[in-house]
Amino acid sequence: MLLQVENLHVHYGAIHALQGISFHLEQGEIVTLIGANGAGKSTTLKTICGLLRPTAGAVYFRGQDISRLPAHKIVSLGISQVPEGRRIFAPLTVRENLEMGAYTRSDRREITQSMERVFASFPRLKERLDQLGGTLSGGEQQMLAMGRGLMSRPELLLLDEPSMGLAPILVEEIFRIIREINQQGTSILLVEQNAHMALSVANRGYVLETGRIVLEGTAAELRDNAQVRAAYLGG
Amino acid sequence: MTYVLQQLLNGIQLGFVYALIALGYTMVYGIVRLINFAHGDVFMVGAFVGYFTLRALAGVTLAGASWLNGILLFLLAMLAAMALCTVLNVTIERVAYKPLRNAPRIAALITAIGVSLFLEYFSSLKFVFGPNYITFPSPLPAQTWEIAGLRISAIQVLIAVVATLLLLGLNYIVRYTKIGKAMRATAFDRDAARLMGINVDLTISFTFGLGAALAGAGGVLYVSAYPRVHTFMGIIPGLKAFTAAVMGGIGSLPGAFVGALIMGVAEVTAKSVYSTMADGVAFLILILVLLVKPSGIFGRAEVEKV
Repeated sequence: MLLQVENLHVHYGAIHALQGISFHLEQGEIVTLIGANGAGKSTTLKTICGLLRPTAGAVYFRGQDISRLPAHKIVSLGISQVPEGRRIFAPLTVRENLEMGAYTRSDRREITQSMERVFASFPRLKERLDQLGGTLSGGEQQMLAMGRGLMSRPELLLLDEPSMGLAPILVEEIFRIIREINQQGTSILLVEQNAHMALSVANRGYVLETGRIVLEGTAAELRDNAQVRAAYLGG
Repeated sequence: MTYVLQQLLNGIQLGFVYALIALGYTMVYGIVRLINFAHGDVFMVGAFVGYFTLRALAGVTLAGASWLNGILLFLLAMLAAMALCTVLNVTIERVAYKPLRNAPRIAALITAIGVSLFLEYFSSLKFVFGPNYITFPSPLPAQTWEIAGLRISAIQVLIAVVATLLLLGLNYIVRYTKIGKAMRATAFDRDAARLMGINVDLTISFTFGLGAALAGAGGVLYVSAYPRVHTFMGIIPGLKAFTAAVMGGIGSLPGAFVGALIMGVAEVTAKSVYSTMADGVAFLILILVLLVKPSGIFGRAEVEKV
């Protein structure tokens, strides 16, 4: 098991945002967390990567409890997050943004190789290398955010709302690339409001409601579930 | 005309020193959104460390020192000041500001004022630097050259050359090194920087250290030109450098540099008209900038995140 989340509780002050969620992810899988706004999806990702501290429970990555490690150590263990809203470094160039993604690595040749691999998936970034991150379009910024996330060569990629605010044609493109990244061997934990797209690429999924997991199953099972269809897939 | 140019030259000399201080203010503000009011006092400590280093190496009188000797001694004094100020400022950050990283900004600001007062009064104690004015021995022979009617002193050349080299070094670090890029990334979005694997605490420490090294060098350069060392000497240059940083747009490195040059020239100009007006003009500028364009020359209006 690559990632195992066990009985995770997270508080924002008095607000009990995660109320004991447990789930797991096997090597090579795409697992999706779906749910409405405020269900706790982003909170879960932030806790896994160390930006938030759980009040109880644990996160195991390859058997090691990482729930008390600082965020930068977690990156070097092989988990990388593409945050919600992309969070591109606007005053840095595209090249510098990608270099920041490889911050935990030092071998310059390998970093250049990773950059080439990112360009293979996102050729647009290569044309924009010396442009400032803040001048890219929304779709390009999403590509940069994903490319940057891949620069640390993670075993597990956490994607938080990659389709947010993008035109339908770009959403298709992003999900095609998500599949491609997965086929090249990276496991993916995907958080999405667009449940339809998420379930079309995922192997398995979990449904979150107000800090609890209320349903789990294979992507096909969830797609056929009457509750899911009514609440997240538009009937 | 020559008189005007001469004043301009003197102003630029002062501006270079202000720039070395202002950059520390602006870098620290950029990364932790804190006006480190103790920064001017770090500059003062730099001047003292320079003084004690010179005295230890060469005795109080350097008169008759040869050029090579003088320059070497000066550089050693400056390096010692840079090193000690770096350690001092990193320590201040760890002890006083880091515990307040997630507290309201006003708490850290008040702490900075406290640290500033502590440095001023603690260093005034007899067994530290003492309360008296000390004359800084000029490291270079009192040589001036006349070029096209302008009088240029050896100290002016020294300040211009050393400050330029330091500024180029800073520019290189911030733009091209890994830690410099991490500084810029952290300044823009701290959590996103964490997600890249950047050790944000270390990067912040580095920023405080870098700013302090420049302030320390600035302290030694300043007292080489205006040779009175005392424990409250950091307040006014500190506030002027702060004004320069605000004028340039706090958080912007080129802004701090340009602002500092304008400050230096404005002050010297005011002084040449009416000698006690210098400080008044400096703060008049601060008030005007805050009234007319609070985001400064190179600054962008900051959107409060809610």
